[in-house]
Amino acid sequence: MTSSRILRGGGIALISALSAWSASAHADSIWNMTRGVTDISRNVYDLHMLILWICVFIGIGVFGVMFWSIYHHRKSRGAEPAQFHESTAVEVAWTVVPMVILISMAVPATQVLIRMADASEAELTIKVTGYQWLWQYEYLDEDVSFFSALSTPHDQIYGDAPKGEHYLLEVDNPLVVPVGTKIRFVFTSADVIHSWWVPALGWKQDTIPGFINENWTLIEKPGTYRGQCAELCGRGHAFMPIVVEAVSPAEFQEWLARMKGQDAPEAPTAQTDSPALTLAGDQPL
Amino acid sequence: MAASHAHDASAFTTDHYYVPHQSYWPIIASIGLFTMMLGAANWLNGGGVILFWIGVALILITMFGWFSTVIHESENGMYSAQMDRSFRLGMVWFIFSEVMFFAVFFGALFYARMYSVPWLGGETDHGLLTHGLLWPHYEAAWPTGGPERIGGFFAPMGPWGLPAINTLILLSSGVTITWAHWGLIEGNRAALIKGLAATVALGVLFLSLQGYEYVHAYRDLHLTPQSGIYGSTFYMLTGFHGLHVTIGVIILLVILFRSIAGHFTPQRHFAFEAAAWYWHFVDVVWLGLFVFVYWL
Amino acid sequence: MSTASPALDHDHDHEHHGPARGLKRWLLTTNHKDIGTLYLLFSLAMFFVGGAMALVIRAELFQPGMQIVDPHFFNQMTTMHALIMVFGAVMPAFVGLANWLIPMMIGAPDMALPRMNNWSFWILPFAFTLLLSTLFIPGGGPAGGWTLYPPLVLQTGQAFPFVILAIHMMGVSSIMGAINVIATILNMRAPGMTLMKMPLFVWTWLITAFLLIAVMPVLAGAVTMLLTDKYFGTSFFNAAGGGDPVLFQHIFWFFGHPEVYIMILPAFGIISHIIPTFARKPLFGYASMVYATASIAFLSFIVWAHHMFTVGMPLAGILFFMYATMLIAVPTGVKVFNWVATMWRGSMTFETPMLFAIAFVILFTIGGFSGLMLSIAPADFQYHDTYFVVAHFHYVLVPGSVFSLMAAAYYWLPKWTGHMYNETLGKVHFWLSVIGVNILFFPQHFLGLAGMPRRIPDYALQFTQFNMISTVGAFIFGLSQLLFLYIVIQTIRGGAKATDQVWDGAKGLEWTLSSPPPYHTFTTAPEVK
Ligand code: HEA
Ligand code: HEA
Ligand code: CUA
Ligand SMILES: [Cu+2]
Repeated sequence: MTSSRILRGGGIALISALSAWSASAHADSIWNMTRGVTDISRNVYDLHMLILWICVFIGIGVFGVMFWSIYHHRKSRGAEPAQFHESTAVEVAWTVVPMVILISMAVPATQVLIRMADASEAELTIKVTGYQWLWQYEYLDEDVSFFSALSTPHDQIYGDAPKGEHYLLEVDNPLVVPVGTKIRFVFTSADVIHSWWVPALGWKQDTIPGFINENWTLIEKPGTYRGQCAELCGRGHAFMPIVVEAVSPAEFQEWLARMKGQDAPEAPTAQTDSPALTLAGDQPL
Repeated sequence: MAASHAHDASAFTTDHYYVPHQSYWPIIASIGLFTMMLGAANWLNGGGVILFWIGVALILITMFGWFSTVIHESENGMYSAQMDRSFRLGMVWFIFSEVMFFAVFFGALFYARMYSVPWLGGETDHGLLTHGLLWPHYEAAWPTGGPERIGGFFAPMGPWGLPAINTLILLSSGVTITWAHWGLIEGNRAALIKGLAATVALGVLFLSLQGYEYVHAYRDLHLTPQSGIYGSTFYMLTGFHGLHVTIGVIILLVILFRSIAGHFTPQRHFAFEAAAWYWHFVDVVWLGLFVFVYWL
Repeated sequence: MSTASPALDHDHDHEHHGPARGLKRWLLTTNHKDIGTLYLLFSLAMFFVGGAMALVIRAELFQPGMQIVDPHFFNQMTTMHALIMVFGAVMPAFVGLANWLIPMMIGAPDMALPRMNNWSFWILPFAFTLLLSTLFIPGGGPAGGWTLYPPLVLQTGQAFPFVILAIHMMGVSSIMGAINVIATILNMRAPGMTLMKMPLFVWTWLITAFLLIAVMPVLAGAVTMLLTDKYFGTSFFNAAGGGDPVLFQHIFWFFGHPEVYIMILPAFGIISHIIPTFARKPLFGYASMVYATASIAFLSFIVWAHHMFTVGMPLAGILFFMYATMLIAVPTGVKVFNWVATMWRGSMTFETPMLFAIAFVILFTIGGFSGLMLSIAPADFQYHDTYFVVAHFHYVLVPGSVFSLMAAAYYWLPKWTGHMYNETLGKVHFWLSVIGVNILFFPQHFLGLAGMPRRIPDYALQFTQFNMISTVGAFIFGLSQLLFLYIVIQTIRGGAKATDQVWDGAKGLEWTLSSPPPYHTFTTAPEVK
């Protein structure tokens, strides 16, 4: 019967696809998680690769034995069935060995987690508030506050204009932060739950109405980092991106000074020209 | 008591597992449930309520018809000891599902008291920021209407008035139903009927007092389901408990009538026992309520 | 046999031996085989409805930009797709198998509570009518995701009470079905059928039924609180009143995590029948299979918050739920290893059920691996709410649960209908499915890792290729299921006569019956040695 051969071929193809995927993962690519631009994000990436490889190897082992058996212990090859059906030694082994493997994953995971939980000694605190469907950023000790909404034009979304390079990942007012500085974020929401996620920072955090969550980051490299709302928040959920501009501390101070001169933020309802809101058309929500 | 069909020690007429033939009741019950739910949805959307009551009526008719069929079969000796065990298993696991249902609302109460309210009030790291940035004027305490006192000011329901009396009532109803059970087992029919009647009466008394308590809560204490998390948990728990007492009373009434009709024998009275289990369950839930909702 | 005198039998018109005719047979039936058939056909119908919705999702995601549907309608499709697949397709399919097989496997005349059995089934079509009808009312159906998180779900319009009450009906149906299963297994076994002799499908269902009775009421409680929050002004999920939106998530996942094992444990049972049959060798490690199933069920109650690593739990909580979740890999691994050991030195043939079973072992394990990756909390901060999660759960649910159902259908269909299915077509269906499903869901891992959030109708340009591939896979996979439908209908209507044992390696009481089995079986209990 050829089907088993095909099955085997399929399995091998799958496994090699799996390893190709992880092999090509060393550069930032569309095949894998980003390494990001913070110490934490690299820790997370390493953890991810560690578990991935462990799983790949266990998979190769388990499926290897299985395919070997499928090939050799076929009736068409005249295999006679054995009748054994238990073995305490083997069963103990394959309970204990996975336990050990799990512990070897849990230890680094715990270390990273503890590091991530420590938001103390931040030099700058930014309050992030989720709205349907934009973000508000407040620099708590600086008296700077503004809204940040999608800036991709409606025409691009509906196919009436060619899509730009940063289609759906661009905003009117990006969040500007200094590099090399420990920044604490506090999160809340004005309506439903959202989730603030910039992959390059290595984490996402939900914004819960009525409660505050916190998280922190320390960006090493200047640049523009893009992300999106990651918790379903209604009709405009796909349309509330995040853009973080990490600049040198000096540039940041300059920017801050400029922002302080500006008026108080408009209410979010005033942002009606935001595509996210006009998207709603005449429909409720 | 009715003549026993006993032909062996188990007092059951047959060792054959009776698989009933086709029945109209389940499909009517499904249609009834559907009508009731559709009606309720309509009602909540501001529509009429007639459909809902039609559904309820259908369910009641089904219950009457279905139970009659079962009683008829039982009285005609079609049930074996094995079937009796199936019924028992069914009832036990049904009560377990009810336990889990109440556990949710108790869980919500504990969560509110142990986590959300203290957090809103600024306890623990998590709460510190929440309190400082969002609810700086809120002082956590229990009972509470929450930082914004959504339902306005209210007074909580103290434990030592009506609730304590109600606790005594339910506890004694546990005694009276046991008395009835003893009567049944010993063939003392008068005790059976008196015990059941007393239990039903206590149940009704409990419900009346509970109703009175609600009126008092609404009128004098200004305590409504809108009274923040305290009002929410208070009414959810006492409300569902009250509903279960109501169901229990109806079941007990049916058992009372069947006892008067002489349906049960000292060996064979699963329906009575099921009702008693259910009643004890309702009783135990009340104790939890008394301790965690009213007292602590 | 029956000692009940005919005079007491008030239902004279129905013979003991055959089904009634026409529609009445199905509406009024108390026969476990009829009810099993009803469940299976219903779930197949729902699989197509839910699948059609998935195709709407995939079609919209074929390219960036909004093409086919409105974002709000897209969210309705996502929500309805999941609710229908979970509660309408997979769960009822397993209940249908339980109905058909448990009495035949343990030597019982029927389910323990046959009339309630009928009621459990007939609630379902009404419940789904209620749910599906919301697509046609003003404002449309629910669009807050199948997880129904407040406050978003409270923005649902007129559909809201319909959805909540439909869920209540599904819960009632599931609980009664589960009670029936437990009563049947504990009380109706033939003499000699001790617990540790029970076939594994029966064991896994016993444990599943326990999970169902434990968690369906929890879901009922959760949605009841949503209802009162919306209509009666309670504050369970409202911080201003002292509640917390996250409370809902805790309750939902206390239901939701056991729920996902409800959808996989019976699948484990099925696979544990099929592999020994086609390896012609007894199942390796029967006892450890039973204990592993029980451990998974136990652990499933203490891992729920791994769905909520990003809600801002205290560190200790995150650590606890991370460790507990990782532990599930151990008993699940035991199962996988036992299956492989069963194949080892067997004498294997590869008929369609076996092909599906082998694909199940491989692809479920891949889904399990991604589950394990998700359980590592710091990494989940990245994976959470991305297509990596979507890939994970579709691997365990589609080539997991659904493949096990396909395997079961091919395996037992000859027993049920008395006809062999067309083996060639079966194999074609298998290969189309296994290739389609991987094209469909494998690229979603990459999408998630590259940063594509789930539940979005439109996406940034770098996600285009993988989405196109995935959509192509979806249509290959979806259309191949039409072939499955064809094969099933063909087998019901005719085909080569199946023998009683059907498969030469098959063991168990159900294979001692004729194919198809008589309408009433085991009215006298068989003796099990
Ligand atoms: C049938 C359904 C099913 C099954 C069986 C599983 C199995 C598992 N799931 Fe999955 N899961 C879902 C359905 C399922 N899941 C669904 C529907 C969601 C999303 C819900 C939503 O948000 O909408 C979800 C989401 C989900 C999350 C949340 C992700 C997020 O939202 O961020 C997590 C996190 O921990 C998780 C973990 C796991 C784990 C650890 C297992 C384990 O049980 C897997 C165990 C198996 C193995 C590990 C493979 C075999 C083992 C070996 C070969 C032994 C050796 C191995 C090692 C030692 C590594 N799942
Ligand atoms: C058992 C459960 C189950 C099953 C079987 C499936 C099956 C499928 N799922 Fe499902 N899915 C979920 C459970 C399930 N899913 C859950 C829980 C979610 C999360 C929801 C949420 O976020 O709230 C989800 C979400 C989800 C998403 C993410 C949506 C989003 O985040 O916005 C996607 C996207 O690709 C998807 C696709 C599919 C596809 C293509 C299939 C296919 O396997 C379906 C194949 C079947 C068919 C296609 C039907 C058969 C064929 C026809 C009907 C023929 C039709 C005719 C023509 C093609 C002409 N699913
Ligand atoms: Cu905001 Cu999704
Ligand atoms: Cu889970």
